[in-house]
Amino acid sequence: MRRKLSMFDRALLGPAILDSLRKLDPRVQWRNPVMFVVYLGSILTSGLWVQALVGHGEAPAWFIFNIAIWLWFTVLFANFAEALAEGRSKAQAASLRGLKQTVEAKRLADAADRSRVTPVRADRLRKGEIVLVEAGDYIPGDGEVIEGAASVDESAITGESAPVIRESGGDFSSVTGGTRVLSDWIVVRITANPGETFIDRMIAMVESAKRQKTPNEIALTILLVALTLVFVFATATLLPYSLYSVAVTGLGTPITITALIALLVCLIPTTIGGLLSAIGVAGMSRMMQANVIAMSGRAVEAAGDVDVLLLDKTGTITLGNRQAAALIPAAGVREEELADAAQLASLADETPEGRSIVVLAKQRFKLRERDLTSLHGTFVPFSAHTRMSGVDIGARQLRKGAADAIQKHVESLGQVFPKAVLSTVQEVARRGSTPLLVSDGPRVLGVIELKDIVKGGIKERFGELRRMGIKTVMITGDNPLTAAAIAAEAGVDDFLAEATPEAKLKLIRSHQAEGRMVAMTGDGTNDAPALAQADVAVAMNTGTQAAKEAGNMVDLDSNPTKLIEVVETGKQMLMTRGSLTTFSIANDIAKYFAIIPAAFATTYPQLNALNIMHLASPFSAILSAVIFNALVIIALIPLALKGVRYRPLGAVTLLRRNLLVYGLGGILVPFAGIKLIDMCLQLVHLV
Amino acid sequence: MTGESWGLLALLLGVTLLCVKPLGLYMAQVMEGAPIWPLRVGGGLERLIYRLCGIDPGEEMGWKRYAIALLAFNALGAVLLYALQRLQYFLPLNPQHLSAPSPDSAFNTAISFATNTNWQSYTPETTMSYLSQMAGLAVQNFLSAATGIVVAIALIRGLARHTVKVIGNFWADITRVTLYVLLPIAFVLALALVSQGVIQNFSAYKSATMVEPVTYREQATNAAGDPEVDRTGKPVMRTVTTRTQILPMGPVASQEAIKEFGTNGGGFFNANSAHPYENPTAISDLLEMLAIILIPASLTYTFGRLVGDPRQGWAVLAAMTILFVLLYSLANYNEQVGNPRIAALGVSEAATALQPGGNMEGKEARFGIAASTLFATLTTATSCGAVNSMHDSFTPLGGMAPLFDMMLGEVVFGGVGTGLYSMLIFAIIGVFIAGLMIGRTPEYLGKKIESFEMKMSAIAILVMPFIVLLGAAVAVSVKAGQAGVANPGAHGFSEILYAFTSAGNNNGSAFAGLSADTPFFNIALGIVMWIGRYWPIVAVLAVAGSLAAKRRIPVTEGTMPTHGPTFIILLIGTVLLVGALTFVPALALGPIVEHLMLWSH
Repeated sequence: MRRKLSMFDRALLGPAILDSLRKLDPRVQWRNPVMFVVYLGSILTSGLWVQALVGHGEAPAWFIFNIAIWLWFTVLFANFAEALAEGRSKAQAASLRGLKQTVEAKRLADAADRSRVTPVRADRLRKGEIVLVEAGDYIPGDGEVIEGAASVDESAITGESAPVIRESGGDFSSVTGGTRVLSDWIVVRITANPGETFIDRMIAMVESAKRQKTPNEIALTILLVALTLVFVFATATLLPYSLYSVAVTGLGTPITITALIALLVCLIPTTIGGLLSAIGVAGMSRMMQANVIAMSGRAVEAAGDVDVLLLDKTGTITLGNRQAAALIPAAGVREEELADAAQLASLADETPEGRSIVVLAKQRFKLRERDLTSLHGTFVPFSAHTRMSGVDIGARQLRKGAADAIQKHVESLGQVFPKAVLSTVQEVARRGSTPLLVSDGPRVLGVIELKDIVKGGIKERFGELRRMGIKTVMITGDNPLTAAAIAAEAGVDDFLAEATPEAKLKLIRSHQAEGRMVAMTGDGTNDAPALAQADVAVAMNTGTQAAKEAGNMVDLDSNPTKLIEVVETGKQMLMTRGSLTTFSIANDIAKYFAIIPAAFATTYPQLNALNIMHLASPFSAILSAVIFNALVIIALIPLALKGVRYRPLGAVTLLRRNLLVYGLGGILVPFAGIKLIDMCLQLVHLV
Repeated sequence: MTGESWGLLALLLGVTLLCVKPLGLYMAQVMEGAPIWPLRVGGGLERLIYRLCGIDPGEEMGWKRYAIALLAFNALGAVLLYALQRLQYFLPLNPQHLSAPSPDSAFNTAISFATNTNWQSYTPETTMSYLSQMAGLAVQNFLSAATGIVVAIALIRGLARHTVKVIGNFWADITRVTLYVLLPIAFVLALALVSQGVIQNFSAYKSATMVEPVTYREQATNAAGDPEVDRTGKPVMRTVTTRTQILPMGPVASQEAIKEFGTNGGGFFNANSAHPYENPTAISDLLEMLAIILIPASLTYTFGRLVGDPRQGWAVLAAMTILFVLLYSLANYNEQVGNPRIAALGVSEAATALQPGGNMEGKEARFGIAASTLFATLTTATSCGAVNSMHDSFTPLGGMAPLFDMMLGEVVFGGVGTGLYSMLIFAIIGVFIAGLMIGRTPEYLGKKIESFEMKMSAIAILVMPFIVLLGAAVAVSVKAGQAGVANPGAHGFSEILYAFTSAGNNNGSAFAGLSADTPFFNIALGIVMWIGRYWPIVAVLAVAGSLAAKRRIPVTEGTMPTHGPTFIILLIGTVLLVGALTFVPALALGPIVEHLMLWSH
């Protein structure tokens, strides 16, 4: 799964070719109305060829044979595109299936008694049963940790080599079958029946066996069927028109059925018709390459329509931890003095915030990190009671902590808390930073400003999203002041401060009531209602089972920024469909110029004036158009699988660009292509 | 193209553009029931109509009820018109004692006028009594026009409203349109036409003796009234010589006004607007052209106004105007170039101060090339069908222009209402593909375009090509169809194709050259007109209902704007591509090959 497959991987080509033959089954063909018409045309022309062989054909047998062959190729090429897309998906699924090896599970009759285990095959485990998993064991199925904590290697599904901690209670209690416990032990309650586990569903999803047409795909299919119908009528009525023309002019012979079928197949949107399902499969599989499992094609498609992105502040917009950014001394205190005290107070503090204070002091005043033991200091750890930490060195009592905690501490020592410091604290909070106070005994030395560090490049990313028409909303538990400052720095459009699960749900509903599509990421159980409500909900794989059930995508990398890629992939899928439809229809113009003069050459030789490509002969013209029509499907398979590149340029620019490339290009390319094929046919003296 | 040709076009479009906003705004206010003075003046009459008919104008309908009411109303109109024609001999206002038209002809005419087609297989002055003309045909001229407009209004409401199930009250809509838009303006227009010399009387026909006898040839008919053909399928012609001329009279002006203003097109006389009693002067010609284009053009403003963004309306109008100029250029250029075989005889076809030049066959000398081709383009691009020249006599490509105008689906201004709603359906289809190309589920005016809209839009657009191509195919395949053709060959094929295109698009103009008053053509074209009118209407109402029920999506940076030049080009491209791709093969066997043959000698 980690391995990137090249476009026409040799391992995939063979099976894909076999599959394209297998798909000639009429029951399969029937599912794609456009290609079904080609399929019928192939059968009919084959019949006409046989008729020509046995004697009274409507055209030379070699000509009908060539048309028939290329019509069959058209069908096969479309089959091949679909088979190749499915093959790539299956290859990805196969690597997932590797996880499904049968392991022995240790079933517990009683969760409390870990000494009595019954060995049982993992694929026989039912929902609700309880198993013990110890170091070195594979977790036998999806479940929830109900007791213990263990480090688990989930690299098989995430690709991330660092083990993760799974423990009972809280947001890290869910485990996935097929992953391996590295240390300690856990007791797991199985939450899925055999065949319904997460991996089972992922495999089913990517194998496209269960692939259903998405709403937009259905709408497009309706348009394609309508176009096909109209072309069926436009070509079918040509026969009576031609018969009439021959009768009244007394010239030539009526148009042949072979030419009519060739014209029909060239005109109906076979390019998009043949590639449509491949585009859908490829969309899911591109998500997969980004390590996102979409639960349905509908979810991928919806991603393209997202108007509002809800993003968690921590981890998505800012780095996980705050860092010391500035030291603001109190009146009468030198900054260096404050830095010194702050560094001493943080020496034993191993939290990232604490380390960042040490680093800041070192950077600003070249204060070298000192060894606490050599100073004979005593570390005073953080406690929920005092909400301070620090160090006692001799008589000095250095403390750092939240403003109100230090205020209480100082006042308890009989000192008046300086007003100026209080206003500094408020000032810092207003900037969106977290103020920490440092005190030496009863004396307040000053304020350390802890800042949320906005991820590099994220502002540009949001700018891009804005140009895509997507509004970003930051979700944070911070107070509104802090939230507003970070929101401004990160360049998000809006924020939700002091967010509770209810507030999130309400926000999503209010956006949806205005007709917007909302996407969000989440991992905790308390995110589940909001995930269920959102139109595109990406659950982190590290998240709880409840979150994963509620979402319609799972990000195996658990990277919240992935949402942006998800949106782009969704858009790409729609764009690819639209662009190829335009290309397909625009192609028809050149085909008319090739086929119409040729088809009526005997009745109305004057029509040869329309043969602007100067195709060598009527037979060559019709054959070249048919061959071009078949080859263009093969030529566009890479585009269908990779997708048209999405650029955040704004709707008008993007449309103009694609209209130019696929509309105008679609008009011009076939003129060159058909002429080229015609010249090749001359070279090999086929016509 | 001559300076006169451009000048006339500029004059027509200039005056039209000046009228678009006031008339469009007025229609919007009428449909919204705004408290403007005409509504206050007519309020009493309007309420009386509602009371008499038991209508509650405030009770809005879902799309299905709206469609059923519309179909029932139109079917009833057709039945009444049929009965009136069949009984006209026994009814008053029949000074010529004209007998009833044949059942198939009456069937054709009833459908033709109910569907706003006004295809006339009969010769009015020798077929219809004054009562049939006034109480039958003219009434349908008003009501069929009103029907088209209310469907457009219903679709606009579907786009403008959100999360509701209703699209208006059909009875109130049709009453308001007739009462406040069609009747008053047609009244003023009729007076204006009378001032130019259009007649308005109930006299019996007058007989005049000509200075010189006239000899002409016409296709013979057999005892059954069918045109005769010899064994090779060629029509049998006979020579007629006459000295007297009958001058038909009648209440022409009152019918002439709504004929154009409702894009109906059914002439009081067979010669239609080429007849001096229908269209005597250059001013009346301009007035009639303006009358044809005014409502279709102004409805775009009504649309923009009612959806709350006039730019949307202007964009649609721009697309229509550009297409119109292109189509006019095609007709005008080819007519001005003329016929190479006439030039080969040493006859000058150059435009000079003394002659219009070009191909003048079938054109009134008083109108010349410019006014004839402009009228021809206008009458076919809208679904009017009135003519002031004979399209059959145009050069092959010049004649292809009116034919192609209709094949585009009557969206270049189009019929009253039908033009706008068909164009909006094209917009929906264009936006669908374009929307995909920018990576979003397509939306138009904030409404998502999904499978139901796609299905209905496809029906609305594809019914026309389907019936036109199929009808023409049947006609060229059966003896009864082939018999009507006066000019076998590519031109004869054009004649048949034109007849079915005209009927399928509810245009009603005739290419002539086709003897269409036969049971076969009357019935075939009647069916085509009926399907071509009401299938799309039901589909459009379905789209309206479905859109009205949807939420409106707010506009963002990612939304494709539907008012800029890109959208206009997209819309034009969609219309041209669908029209061209569908009909190019058929056109190749008709006008295109005829043109190539004409010029290859």
